[in-house]
Amino acid sequence: MNETSKYIQDFAFSSQFWSGWIIVLTLGNILACWWLIRWTAKKRAGEAAEGDTTGHTWDETLAEYNNPLPRWWLWLFYLTMVFGLVYLVLYPGLGSFRGVLGWTHQNAYAKEMQAADAKYGPLFAKYAAKPIPQLTQDPAALRIGQRLFVNYCASCHGSDAGGGPGFPNLRDNDWLYGGTPEAITKTILDGRSGAMPAWGPVLGEQGVNEVAAYVLSLSGRQADPKLVEAGRKHFATYCAACHGADGKGNPAMGAPNLTDNVWLYGGSPGVIRQTITKGRNGRMPAHRDFLGEDKVHLLAAYIYSLSKGNK
Amino acid sequence: MSHEIVEKNVGLMALLILVVISVGGLVEIVPLFFLKSTTEPVDGLKPYTALQLEGRDIYVREGCYLCHSQMIRPFRAETERYGHYSVAGEFVYDHPFQWGSKRTGPDLARVGGRYSDDWHRVHLMNPRDVVPESIMPGFPWLADNKLDGKLIKKKMRVLNMLTRATCNGCQTYSDEQIENAPSELEGKTEMDALIAYLQGLGTSISSRR
Repeated sequence: MNETSKYIQDFAFSSQFWSGWIIVLTLGNILACWWLIRWTAKKRAGEAAEGDTTGHTWDETLAEYNNPLPRWWLWLFYLTMVFGLVYLVLYPGLGSFRGVLGWTHQNAYAKEMQAADAKYGPLFAKYAAKPIPQLTQDPAALRIGQRLFVNYCASCHGSDAGGGPGFPNLRDNDWLYGGTPEAITKTILDGRSGAMPAWGPVLGEQGVNEVAAYVLSLSGRQADPKLVEAGRKHFATYCAACHGADGKGNPAMGAPNLTDNVWLYGGSPGVIRQTITKGRNGRMPAHRDFLGEDKVHLLAAYIYSLSKGNK
Repeated sequence: MSHEIVEKNVGLMALLILVVISVGGLVEIVPLFFLKSTTEPVDGLKPYTALQLEGRDIYVREGCYLCHSQMIRPFRAETERYGHYSVAGEFVYDHPFQWGSKRTGPDLARVGGRYSDDWHRVHLMNPRDVVPESIMPGFPWLADNKLDGKLIKKKMRVLNMLTRATCNGCQTYSDEQIENAPSELEGKTEMDALIAYLQGLGTSISSRR
């Protein structure tokens, strides 16, 4: 029942004295309240009769009747005492005494989770057993996937999965790490770490301009042919190891395809130069612990379904 | 007429009032200083690095706590969104803690590692660049302000004192760590510090429940 005892040591004080301290002060306090209300209600010698004023006058005319406490108020007060005592017997409150119900917040939480697992577990299990391509034909599964996506993924990839600068578009069937159901699942479960080193210090400003020109030419865009020629050499030396000799990228490393005019960080000459100069370290956080495999399975199905129409 | 004695002696009345109102604190607060759950760190919890410590102070300075809590309550609705509920042993290095009581924005108790550093950078400059419907203000000046690190040694020493006084089994900063702290902050911006702080939040408990 209690899965979390490793984080919480319930009712454990450094010394049992503190448990006694709480018990004595708490019960003593309730008793003292009872005593106080009885003691002040006692008739005293020389006291004004009920309904008369006490004989003390403030601010010229202000006097005080010597009336007893209203009955309803008094009984309410006694009732709170009884309520307090009953509560302390049933629930934890008196030092290390757990209460006869054995209620703890962790157990209440565990129960809530168990009830949810009993309700939703079979649903997730049903979908977990089906392969992702099959799930993309199941509107109910995709609806769940979409909800999960909006909850957990949208703050980076956008609520329409269209991405943004530095955060991949998941609808366009252009994949850094591969777009198979397996690759998508792995990306979500274990995360990805892009690592493009900063080439500014190696290439120098002129070198960066040359490589940028060559990269522009790879996707068929205009660039100064002289710079492109010079950039080709640099590319073969520094860039081809990850992006491939033809610039088509390498999904094993998450090195983007540079020939398709799809840009993660932006495809303007300025941004390309910045990328080459400073490098990029895009990171997709791992979600295995956080979401668990069943949810990721549905998420992957939803994401896989987004680009399937674009094939 | 015994209440007259109390009413006519201000000193006695003050004393009795003090006794009455201190009972709550004596019962509900004082024993917490001797409760293992609140005085011992959870496994794997580390003190803030110098950079994170500066980031924490920026978090406080910018009033992040006014909109963001750092306290995941033990309810499914919370843990599904944020992760394992918060436990007292995670906050033993927090003086003062940043639990907060208002959630205009999401809880941040386990935001560490949830997003990439790049995301935080974009988001802190202008939240709407990544979350169009966000109402969080941008904090672009953090990227311009360099940390001066003037007070970092003092802060670490004070924290050592507080940690020793309130925690069993906590680590304190060594003299070497304190001496090296200013150099760790060199060239860093307030943005770097805040992101380092956020990326460390709640990471000592990674399990879902």
